Amino acid sequence: MPEAAILNSGSHSLWPRRETLETALPFLALLVMLGIIFAVRPTVFSYFGLTLLFKLAIPLMFAALSQMLIINLGEIDLSNGAFVGLVTCIVAVYLEKAPGHAVLLLVGTVLVYVAVGWLISVRKLPSIVVTLGMSFVWLGCAIIILPAPGGHSPAWLIDAMRWKPPLMPLPLWTALGIAVIGHWALKSSSYGIVLRGAGANPKSVARAGWSLVKARLLLYAGAALLAVIAGLFLSGITTSGDPNVAPGYTMLGVGAVILGGGTFNGGVVSPIGTVVGALTLSLASSVLSFLQVAPVWQIGAQGLILFLVLAGRVLIGGRRL
Amino acid sequence: MVPGDLIAMDSIRKAFGAVHALAGVDFHVDRGEVVGLIGHNGAGKSTLMNVLFGTTQRDSGRFHIAGREIAGAFTPHQAHEAGIRCVFQELSLCENLDVVENTRILHRSLQGIGWRRRARRLIADQLDAIFPGHGIALKARIADLPIGARQMVEIARAFTVTDAPLRCVILDEPTSSLGHEATRQFLAFVRQAAGQGVAAIVISHRLDEILNVCDRVVVMVDGRVVAQQRSEGLTRPDLVAMMGSIEVPRAVAKARDGSHDQTRDRVIDAPGRDAHDLPIHLAPGEIIGFAGLDGHGQRERMRALFHAGLKASRDRHRPAVAYVAGDRQTEGVFRIWSIADNLTIGTLPSLCRGPLISAAASRSLVEGWMARMKVKTDSADRPILSLSGGNQQKVLFARALASDARTVFLDDPMRGVDVGTKVEVYRLIRAEAAQGRSFVWYATELDELTNCDRIYVFREGRAVEHLEGTDIRQDRILAASFGGMVNA
Amino acid sequence: MIVPDTVPRGTGQPLKGSLKILSRLRGARGALGFAVAALLWIATFAYAGGQGAGATLSTALAFAAFGVIVGTGQMLVIASGSGNFDLSIPSVMTLAAYISMGLMHGQDYRLAGGFAVALAVGAVAGALNFLAIAALRLPPMIATLAWSFVFQSLAMNLGGEATIKPPALLSEFTVFRLGGVQVMPLFVMAMTAVMAVVVKRTVFGRHLLAIGQSERGARLAGIHVTRVRLYSYMLCGIAAAVAGFLLSGFTGGAALNMGDTYMMESVAVVVLGGASVAGGEANPIGIWGAALFFNLLAILLNTFGLDAGVRLLLTGIMVVLIVAVAPRTAGD
Repeated sequence: MPEAAILNSGSHSLWPRRETLETALPFLALLVMLGIIFAVRPTVFSYFGLTLLFKLAIPLMFAALSQMLIINLGEIDLSNGAFVGLVTCIVAVYLEKAPGHAVLLLVGTVLVYVAVGWLISVRKLPSIVVTLGMSFVWLGCAIIILPAPGGHSPAWLIDAMRWKPPLMPLPLWTALGIAVIGHWALKSSSYGIVLRGAGANPKSVARAGWSLVKARLLLYAGAALLAVIAGLFLSGITTSGDPNVAPGYTMLGVGAVILGGGTFNGGVVSPIGTVVGALTLSLASSVLSFLQVAPVWQIGAQGLILFLVLAGRVLIGGRRL
Repeated sequence: MVPGDLIAMDSIRKAFGAVHALAGVDFHVDRGEVVGLIGHNGAGKSTLMNVLFGTTQRDSGRFHIAGREIAGAFTPHQAHEAGIRCVFQELSLCENLDVVENTRILHRSLQGIGWRRRARRLIADQLDAIFPGHGIALKARIADLPIGARQMVEIARAFTVTDAPLRCVILDEPTSSLGHEATRQFLAFVRQAAGQGVAAIVISHRLDEILNVCDRVVVMVDGRVVAQQRSEGLTRPDLVAMMGSIEVPRAVAKARDGSHDQTRDRVIDAPGRDAHDLPIHLAPGEIIGFAGLDGHGQRERMRALFHAGLKASRDRHRPAVAYVAGDRQTEGVFRIWSIADNLTIGTLPSLCRGPLISAAASRSLVEGWMARMKVKTDSADRPILSLSGGNQQKVLFARALASDARTVFLDDPMRGVDVGTKVEVYRLIRAEAAQGRSFVWYATELDELTNCDRIYVFREGRAVEHLEGTDIRQDRILAASFGGMVNA
Repeated sequence: MIVPDTVPRGTGQPLKGSLKILSRLRGARGALGFAVAALLWIATFAYAGGQGAGATLSTALAFAAFGVIVGTGQMLVIASGSGNFDLSIPSVMTLAAYISMGLMHGQDYRLAGGFAVALAVGAVAGALNFLAIAALRLPPMIATLAWSFVFQSLAMNLGGEATIKPPALLSEFTVFRLGGVQVMPLFVMAMTAVMAVVVKRTVFGRHLLAIGQSERGARLAGIHVTRVRLYSYMLCGIAAAVAGFLLSGFTGGAALNMGDTYMMESVAVVVLGGASVAGGEANPIGIWGAALFFNLLAILLNTFGLDAGVRLLLTGIMVVLIVAVAPRTAGD
């Protein structure tokens, strides 16, 4: 048998190489972008410049990780952006004046989010349509709380987002931190293995005696918490709340997960890749303006970047996304 | 039951609808014993093993493991706790995880700090013990491993031990994807494990391996154990004879007139993949059968021939080939549709009057075929799933036969179909063939092959034997399927 | 996302009873849209003291018409199999509107030419969507999303932030009434009727629904899967273009964000209209029910004088409830 010949001749080093390339691809895209920016405007590479460049990537990274947990289950959350918007409103309206209310409201939204996830899996509902409906619900709640953009985030939160940590700007520390934590939780912790297995091959995981119910609930709860953090930080950066602040997070988050090596098949997601993917996508428009691409072309160029990176993956991987 | 037995299954019965997969099976395994389980397709081997592993629940029968009675439902997790492991034919690894992570999935105790190191040691040691020099990268995702390596991982994982005991490993076609050296290593390991008290149940189509490794051979036919014997002194022809031993005598296949079996008007003339693979040809009005154990490349060959035929005739708008799928639920019926819609989907262009499909033409076509096929229903507008399996299959036959196709491919279409329907369909196929239509028929049941003019027996992806006329006999097919004659 | 439950062989018999009931309920969710829409309509004019029933209905019909056009396009894509969605509908609407309005320069005699160009833009956009899905093997959602960025950019280049005025004739057509009856929704109803015939009585329609139910089954039945799916994406692009063209007449010009709400609405009306996201089903008439439901709900909540937030909240809850509680279609 040819396989056996490969196995026994020790040339198995061929296999991981493709995987390494695949993991490296989002990094490569990010590096190319940074390279372009450096070539055009070297001065950006200062503590201050990098802070500005990546400031808005912080909440997007959390939103993308939230989406990642849902995609790990083979589903999708189209309400993510609206949920983040609602959180900014709760934070801007209540967190300073009535912290108790704010916490209660946030806990309530998390519970509703988990309950809806539960409904989807128990009744085997199409997650696309249910989360579409939920996006109206979250947006409606946000507008009820805060009809027009405004409110005020608590000073401590604004200060926290303006914090200048040593060595690296805050966004990069955040990226590093959540990439490491995310990687640990899903890729190295012993239960993370079960969570990913449950997304890809629930039958064989259940056969080994694991509770799929518990795994799914944990993933939904994790996704809700990450989206709450995204909203919290976003309102810290913008200093206010806005129901319509983040509709783009839904699809940008999905894009970051897929760019980062994830697939819609379930069980195949990468926290590090997702974080890098989010950084890449949030950088795309800056790169284009540094390149003096006319603003009208910038959105289109984002589409082309998505195509380029994903086409690269098809070329090296030959794997279905 | 014998008190010393590790596994004692008595009078186990299991029915799927009208099909009795297990018709009262007694099956015992002693501690440290290696038992070979053989039989042709549908003999009930896999069902019996699924009952033993808890993936299928028995309808009735008593069941003891290590002296403890298993009452009521039995789950794979309980089986694991009781020391039973299973290497499934369709591998049960998570493809998105790597080798070490898949080991973790099986063992709850591999957790906490350093779990990965412990899991790595566990699986690495086991792989080294069974397949020295295997060269499998433990970091590789299963999806990136070749099928042979996956099978090695699945086998090694089944033999790893943490907190639950290891008493018996079920091995369902464990060597089908292994190379020569790996197979030799594996068989030696099974004997060695048996020496340490770990029993094994081996299902394999490679009879040499069975004779080589097993203490005892159990033969199943039609949901029953028909023979069991110590393997010492047994030969391969003995085993083949045991599997065919309850053969009922039946009419010898009819001899064909040689009027149109000349090469010039063949509808299929396909070369083999290599020197060991026979070329396949088909004349108009001929019925050829693909035989052998299930999953030995028959279906792949049929699809390749079908798609080639489709491509060749696509420009003419009406395909010259049609396909009757045996896997009704996933690739046969369109489950939302009515019987009529399911029947006409293959012939739509010819039912059109102008741009629209004519309701009248559809109706007359449907009514004609419903009557001809004797589909049991009060209306063709009922959903296809309201029909029994056999009647669904009749509709799929009608779909193919109603088309203009000169060649019809039958992909083991009669599985799970009642005898009455089978007889009707056999008659119909012969009638169609008499009118010049050709059939390529993949059948997993030996009886069906007697309807064919010629058959090709497949083994390990190749057509290895060509039988014609009176040579189409059960013993010849079994011998070729199990490699009884070739490279003996 | 949705795994078809595999019924083991030979177990057809016990399923019979439950399947009979299922088949009777089929399309019930589509009819539900109409029923709820009718209730909402009655509620609206009952609340207004029996006044303005006609006006309410005609407003709802006019707005629903646009949702129906894009919903019908989305329906063809969704019907072609699980995972197929076209997220580029809003951008194709905008792009087609910008290009055609730009070419017509507000002149009536160029109307036919402008319409033809809009159709061509839609067809090309749909073909590009499918090309990315098939050639790059991208998930349809990602491929159509990436193209939507590109289309959006193209539209911005052509029109910038400005609104391009439509020819007067087009604007008149979209609000034209014949004996008090609006004509434009009638045209869309005619399209719905044609589409209902297409999915039931043409080879393309039958093949499309077969592919959506089982791609492997369709291949084995000799159906050219790639070609049929390409057509469904192209038709969806064309539908988006037509909607963009008419909408710019209705609202006084092509604007950048004109299609924004239609991404969500196109998917929602298909599902509430009685089709399954698993594919293989198409219910063009049900889409009208769902679109009327959405628009009447908006009008009713407006008449109640509810805040925008409450309106959205209630709309969302209704969507989730209908999907969660309504009887399953056979495809679910």
